[in-house]
Parts: sequence; C-alpha cells; structure tokens
Amino acid sequence: MAEVLVYVDHVDGAVRKPTLELLTLARRVGEPVAVALGNGAGDTAATLAEHGAVKVLTHEASEYADYLVVPKVDALQAAVESVSAAGSLAAVLVPSSAEGKEIAARLALRIGSGIITDAVDLEAGDEGPVATQSVFAASYTTKSRISKGTPVITVKPNSAAVEAAPAAGAVEALTVSFSDKATGTKVTGRTPRESTGRPELTEAAIVVSGGRGVNGAENFAIIEALADSLGAAVGASRAAVDAGWYPHTNQVGQTGKSVSPQLYIASGISGAIQHRAGMQTSKTIVAINKDAEAPIFELVDYGVVGDLFDVVPALTEEVKARKG
Amino acid sequence: MSLRIVVTVKYVPDATGDRHFADDLTVDRDDVDGLLSELDEYAVEQALQISENSDDDVEVTVLTIGPEDAKDALRKALSMGADKAIHVEDDDLHGTDAIGTSLVLAKAIEKAGYDLVVSGMASTDGTMGVVPALVAERLGVPQVTLLSEVSVEDGTVKGRRDGDSATEQLEASLPAVVSVTDQSGEARYPSFKGIMAAKKKPVQSWDLSDLEIDADEVGLAGAWTKVETATERPARTAGTIVKDEGEGGKQLAEFLASQKFI
Ligand SMILES: Cc1cc2nc3c(=O)[nH]c(=O)nc-3n(C[C@H](O)[C@H](O)[C@H](O)COP(=O)(O)OP(=O)(O)OC[C@H]3O[C@@H](n4cnc5c(N)ncnc54)[C@H](O)[C@@H]3O)c2cc1C
Repeated sequence: MAEVLVYVDHVDGAVRKPTLELLTLARRVGEPVAVALGNGAGDTAATLAEHGAVKVLTHEASEYADYLVVPKVDALQAAVESVSAAGSLAAVLVPSSAEGKEIAARLALRIGSGIITDAVDLEAGDEGPVATQSVFAASYTTKSRISKGTPVITVKPNSAAVEAAPAAGAVEALTVSFSDKATGTKVTGRTPRESTGRPELTEAAIVVSGGRGVNGAENFAIIEALADSLGAAVGASRAAVDAGWYPHTNQVGQTGKSVSPQLYIASGISGAIQHRAGMQTSKTIVAINKDAEAPIFELVDYGVVGDLFDVVPALTEEVKARKG
Repeated sequence: MSLRIVVTVKYVPDATGDRHFADDLTVDRDDVDGLLSELDEYAVEQALQISENSDDDVEVTVLTIGPEDAKDALRKALSMGADKAIHVEDDDLHGTDAIGTSLVLAKAIEKAGYDLVVSGMASTDGTMGVVPALVAERLGVPQVTLLSEVSVEDGTVKGRRDGDSATEQLEASLPAVVSVTDQSGEARYPSFKGIMAAKKKPVQSWDLSDLEIDADEVGLAGAWTKVETATERPARTAGTIVKDEGEGGKQLAEFLASQKFI
C-alpha cells in the first residue's frame, strides 16, 4: 500500500488536534507516515501511533525555531524523497494553518506537484485523492484533484473525526541537510500567545462570538461568561477587533480564523460576507441580534431578535442551571 | 542608494457581488464588477509608507496579471501614489493556478528589477494565501510574510508576524518578498490630485513572450490542479426566529438542549 506523509503540528511534543484529524483522512488514501520536526519531535510518536501512524520520521534542530518556514520545507522535501525512494507516495497532507499552507506550497513547487489548500474533506479516487473545498465565502463546494506530481493538500481543522487506530508508529530519524536559503529569514523574537484556558478557536466544538453590538472591551465579559458556561472558545468580528475590544487572534472571518464548529453563536454580529467566509460551514448556527433584518439571520438554525445584553446573560444563567 | 519596490496586486470580483463559476470551472470574471483586491490596498499602502520613510531614492511599481479590466486595479494603485505600473496580459493566462501565477509574477518581477516585493496576505477570491511564499521560492530570496508591521532600513527588512501560536519578530536582508495583513494599517484613499496624476503615469504591457514563458506552462492546460465539480451550496434551511419578549434566553437554551449542546 502506498504511503501518505502527514506533517505534524505540535508544540514541544504535544500534538495538536488537527494533525490527528489528518491521520484519519490519511488512512483513506494510504498508510500514514508522520513527519515531526523541531523541539520535542520524538515525544509525538506515542500519540501519533495511537491514531494510525505506521512510521514517525523525526528531526530536531534549532533552525526550525530560529528561521521562518524554509527549514521545514527542506525537511519535508527530504521526507518526500526518502519515502518515494523506498516505495510509493500517495499524497502529502499538511494542516491548513497560515504557516502550514506556506510550507505546503513551497514543497509542492519544489517537487513539481500541484497543491490544494483548505480542504474540508478528502476521499480516495481513481486518479488520486479528491479534495472537497468550500469557496466564495462557503457559497460553493468544489471537488478537485491534483493532476501533476504527488498531491500536496492542506486540510482545515474540524474536517474529520479523531479516531483511535493503533499502529506501529516506529520512530526513524530523518536525515535533513538544510539548503542555503534555509537561514534567509531570521526569527529574532518570539512571544508565545498567552493561554486563556479556553479551547483553541479553530479546534473548538463550540464558538461564541461577539461583534460591534457588544459595544466595548469590558462588555466582552458577557460573551466570555456564555463561552465558559458551554466550554466554548471566544470569537470576534473584525469590527470588534478593529475597535480594540478583543485580540486579533480571536477574529473569525476571511482575514481571521476560519472555524467549523458543531455550534456557532453570533451575538451583535450583522453577518457580512467576510465574516460568513469564516463560519458558514459551522454545523449549527445561532444568532442574537436586535435587528430582525440582519443578514446573519439568513444562516441561522435558531435566531433571537433582541438585545444581547438581555438575552446573553439570561442564556448563560439557563445553561448553568441546566448543567447543574 | 535606490530602492526598487514591486507591489503585486490582483483585480478580483467584488466579494459582495454574486460570485460564481464559469462553464470551464474558472472564476467567472464577466458577470460581477471587479476591483483592486482590498487586501492588496494594504500592500500598496505599506510600500508607499516605506517609500515616504526612506532617505533613499525609492520607486514603487505595481504589477498585475489579468485581463484588460485589470488595468482598473493598477489605476487605483497609481492614484494612491505608486510611480508606475506593469500589466501582464495574455489570452493564454486564462485559468492559471497559484503555481502558474507565481511563475509569471516571478519572471515579471525579475524583468522589472527589484529590491523588495510587497504583496497582500491573500486574494479575496482565491484566498489561498500562498503566492508570496511561492514567489519567494522562485526568486530564491527570503520570505518575510504575513506582517502586521513592516519597516526597511539599511538593506534590511524587519517585521512582526502574528502567527498561529506566537507573535514573531522577523528580519531578512534585501532583496526579499514581504506580505502584509489587514492589521498593518488602513490604506489611504486616493486624493483628487492623485487621481489626476495617475492618468499620466506609465503603464507598461507585457505578454508571455516578453517574459519568455511558454503558453503550456500556464493557463488551464498548464494547471497542476483540476476542479472536477463545483456545486452551489444549498441554501440553509430556514431556521426558527423568535423575538425576545423576556423569554429569549430561555427559549435559546431549550433549543440548545434539544440539540444536545447542554
Ligand atoms: C478585505 C476584507 C476582509 C474582512 N475580513 C473580515 C473578517 O475576517 N472578519 C469579520 O468579521 N469581518 C471582516 N471584514 C469586515 C466586514 O465586512 C464587516 O465590516 C464586519 O464583519 C462587521 O462586523 P460586525 O458584524 O460586528 O459589525 P456590524 O456590521 O456593525 O454589525 C453589528 C450588529 O450588531 C447588532 N447590534 C448592535 N447592538 C446590539 C445589541 N445591543 N444587541 C443585539 N445586537 C446588536 C446590529 O444590529 C448589527 O447587526 C472584512 C472586510 C474586508 C473589506
């Protein structure tokens, strides 16, 4: 059976959930071989094995943290070459983060392959894997495949279930020699994002978002309280971010994060096309808005026309009461 | 010293219009009004600011690939303050994918001559966000992308990248490829004077032969990806909408409970 390379997104050895989802998709097209780079790479193996990785190729070097993107491209290229030399490679899958897409694109160009980004599903096909994408702010669904080279595909978070599928997960050291371009862009400082204790926005099962209607940074406490009662992540519209009420890392939409949770609750958000682009594929959508004509109501499964300062706290109380 | 900046811009269908696919599954560019991608306005803005803050002799060139109408995007950038424009136009470019686009851009940037390339974070139609990285790979120069702050001094570009898990400070020597996000600062509106001046600024036209690119390396035929089907997403079934008369929160909680969220 052909192998599928899966690029591992991890923080010091802790594998992030989208990578485990990729393993589920990878098993549909071949045998997953994971590639873990940088500090803690070796510590990823046990989790990856539990979720179907037949092999885990690892390489630790300071270059991965000290220079932008290119060292990771060099390593992934080395992995492609080593797997291709030993057998056949069906595809390379990379999580669709901003960095993941850049790595995947440069790799694709180097190995003479086409690239598909932001897939939301993947299935085996007669002429190679077929990727489903959601385009034009999720108003269209396309199915595409790669017609040249080894398919390189980036996949969005929440595109598949995490499944237990124990496999060998044999660790092998990857040999990487960095290209002279690897050290072109130096990372001179890094401030890790402060943890809020809430789930990761792109990975959360429930997202509670606030927009211009929240009307002030301090009022976001109402949104956070609802989020905490549901164990949800907090999102914000660009209007709320631009006003300085909530950090940009929480922005949902075309120029923020794209989310696809089980449940999305929008409060005081009108539903502009660029906001919809980042949340329209959510399974269940709920909105609270005082304007009955707000476009967000075209998307909802359940909507409340009302003042969020009344409805949101009442909802939070009710959720807490029901959860006991 | 002189500093040559090339800003890549794209002419895109208006996102608030009814965007759809043509019969050959490429983006339909005929039925929807086009405009300079809003995300590229940020790139033009940062290039102009670098130019204004520099003691060097700076020249800002805007570059686009696209049909005749794409000139509108160039005019807009020129009226914001760019010095000159290059329009790559060729019938064989229809249907070019990101890999092909990066080839044409890289060849045109090399032909124009450059020290710094500035791009937007993504197009508003394709939204892949990979072209700047691909152009850097092709040109063999540092990639300094997704910046919310950027500055150039003494042949070095510095910037802040708000990444997925950390904020990073980046640094690279010129020549380099930069992309900027919509957090980099509002783009200026063209002034009346700027609009008048733009009419006299030079717009050069190149085709594939000028760039020594074969027709089969680009266009639909040269694309390394193939869209097999495109279906309009069925409209979401109309949901329940209630007016809050004091019970809105409670009703919403009941809905969430019925869906097993609580
Ligand atoms: C290139 C580009 C990229 C963009 N990217 C993004 C993006 O990534 N994400 C994004 O969100 N936007 C993005 N935008 C901006 C987008 O077009 C909208 O401007 C933005 O989404 C509006 O945010 P909003 O819904 O919070 O504000 P508004 O549109 O002002 O809506 C506020 C809503 O709150 C309601 N409201 C007010 N007070 C209350 C109350 N007390 N109770 C209940 N409801 C109330 C109002 O009725 C209204 O519907 C982008 C725009 C461009 C041009």
